[in-house]
Amino acid sequence: MAALDRVKVLVLGDSGVGKSSLVHLLCHNQVLGNPSWTVGCSIHDYKEGTPEEKTYYIELWDVGGSVGSATSVKSTRAVFYNSLNGIILVHDLTNKKSSQNLYRWSLEALNRDVAPTGVLVTNGDYDREQFADNQIPLLVIGTKLDQIPETKRNEVLTRTAFLAEDFNAEEINLDCTNPRYLAAGSSNAVKLSRFFDKVIEKRYFLRDGNQIPGFSERKRFGGGTLKSLHYD
Amino acid sequence: MSFLIDSSIMVTSQVLFFGFGWLFFMRKLFKDYEEYQDAILQTYQDTILSSLIPLAYFLHCSSRYFHWKLNLCVILLILVFMVPFYIGYFVVSNIRLLHRQKLLFACVLWLTFMYFFWKLGDPFPILSPKHGILSIEQLISRVGVIGVTLMALLSGFGAVNCPYTYMSYFLRNVTDADILALERRLLQTMDMIISKKKRIAVAHRTMFQRGEVHNKPTGFWGMIKSVTTSVAGSENLSLIQQEVDALEELSRQLFLETADLHATKERIEYSKTFQGKYFNFLGYFFSIYCVWKIFMATINIVFDRVGKTDPVTRGIEITVNYLGIQFDVKFWSQHISFILVGIIIVTSIRGLLITLTKFFYAISSSKSSNVIVLLLAQIMGMYFVSSVLLIRMSMPLEYRTIITEVLGELQFNFYHRWFDVIFLVSALSSILFLYLAHKQAPEKHMAL
Repeated sequence: MAALDRVKVLVLGDSGVGKSSLVHLLCHNQVLGNPSWTVGCSIHDYKEGTPEEKTYYIELWDVGGSVGSATSVKSTRAVFYNSLNGIILVHDLTNKKSSQNLYRWSLEALNRDVAPTGVLVTNGDYDREQFADNQIPLLVIGTKLDQIPETKRNEVLTRTAFLAEDFNAEEINLDCTNPRYLAAGSSNAVKLSRFFDKVIEKRYFLRDGNQIPGFSERKRFGGGTLKSLHYD
Repeated sequence: MSFLIDSSIMVTSQVLFFGFGWLFFMRKLFKDYEEYQDAILQTYQDTILSSLIPLAYFLHCSSRYFHWKLNLCVILLILVFMVPFYIGYFVVSNIRLLHRQKLLFACVLWLTFMYFFWKLGDPFPILSPKHGILSIEQLISRVGVIGVTLMALLSGFGAVNCPYTYMSYFLRNVTDADILALERRLLQTMDMIISKKKRIAVAHRTMFQRGEVHNKPTGFWGMIKSVTTSVAGSENLSLIQQEVDALEELSRQLFLETADLHATKERIEYSKTFQGKYFNFLGYFFSIYCVWKIFMATINIVFDRVGKTDPVTRGIEITVNYLGIQFDVKFWSQHISFILVGIIIVTSIRGLLITLTKFFYAISSSKSSNVIVLLLAQIMGMYFVSSVLLIRMSMPLEYRTIITEVLGELQFNFYHRWFDVIFLVSALSSILFLYLAHKQAPEKHMAL
């Protein structure tokens, strides 16, 4: 059973947006009772069927912390960004800053190869070209939908649609305390499974034609224990 | 006429400080959060601007008294009435259950606060029984106690922590290999967690497919049932789940340790730069100052000494006596002590703001940021009131009488004694604490 193939998806976002609740909802279809601060990284497994009905493991790595953390925390976090296959960007619909910080989060995860104090990350400018040739599928999820009053909903949803377009990604808006948003058959569930399918495809089926994924592997772990997670 | 001039000076200076405080608030504290309400802002600003009393030094005698009293009343009003109420309100609104009767519970919280606040005055010999219940002296004395305790704690800790962080003597030696080894351990732990979670997921799926419903035992009957009819698979699962929990705890610890090592490595690199060397030198200087202060505090307590003249006048008198230089003591002591007091105030404000900002970053989240800002405002307000109390010691005689007039008949000596005691306790315990923390880390390090 452990011989099933695995795929690694990061869940990134500011602290307090609801990543842990979201991941719990995705994996166990239950609402998380008492969320506490996530330190480091917590992993959940999710099994997914593909068109050919093969089952894969999807590891959801929920990384805690904020994008403005000290450089030491950023360098420590960078350990988790090895060989990732997909990114879920989570932001809080009631807090505009968290959506803006998503750019910095994605840069941090994608530019993992550059030293943490490298130029690309510190000036924080959003460069569309970097996302254009990005091979890693992204998904943008907005949480706390229930806390937005009906009147403001349209405005907020338009804003997030622009955001998702910038990332060239799909978007889902939901409330992590209500499983009905991800009920089977709803459009959200369809988007989610499409995203996971895309991740699995990119990882396993495009391997032959896909030579340079956009970042190189860490040299120092060359012969080490992480071989199983790398491309052969 | 002079009253008008004074008032206008006060107002302009307060507007200036308002602007400064606003900048600080927006740039530093609330960088990442959008949710704030204007009321909080207002309260915060009022606290800051009303706290900046020392400017009254430069005003004419007659109106000074009036402005002092006015400022004092406003501060007290805010500190004792408005801010605690707001804090209670925001704490209550964070708890989902009590959403309906927010106002009611906020009032309840505020009354509790007032009760404890009043009780605070009983064990301390701070008041002469001449005063009524609701006089300004009562309020100030209590606020003073809290503020002085806070000040002493902060300065005790700061006096010890400052040399510790500045001096590179205390920096542990961290090499790249150490960091790599720790990171490898962290990732190995992650791998183990992954494999265990996979087993759990597989087991769940097979049980689900076989049509068994995996119910967690809920309630009393559930527990009895689970004792008698135990499924072999679920026992296995709960064992694995426990292992996973333990491993997750371990991974959290490893993460924190790795972050710590990274931070230490950065500090080592920083200490090699020019700025780092400068701070290192400052560290030695501060450690001497810290030792001297502890020594003086001990002497004050042991010999029950209360200073009669302020240090500057003393210093000038000594120079006049020993060096035979002709000084107009009164004139110079007045100005020099003003400057000194100003420097002390500015540096202590700066130190306080920096500490509070760090603290704020460390523990805030979008939920609690409002409450924390209000708490900070409260702390700052109390800090300022008590610094006025304490600064009385460093000023020449005439000015002491002014403060005594404004603040009323308080037992100032008690406050100084109390400050010394708390300072000593805080400094010694932070020395102990830092010593233990320092000792523990290299050992953990070696055990890798």
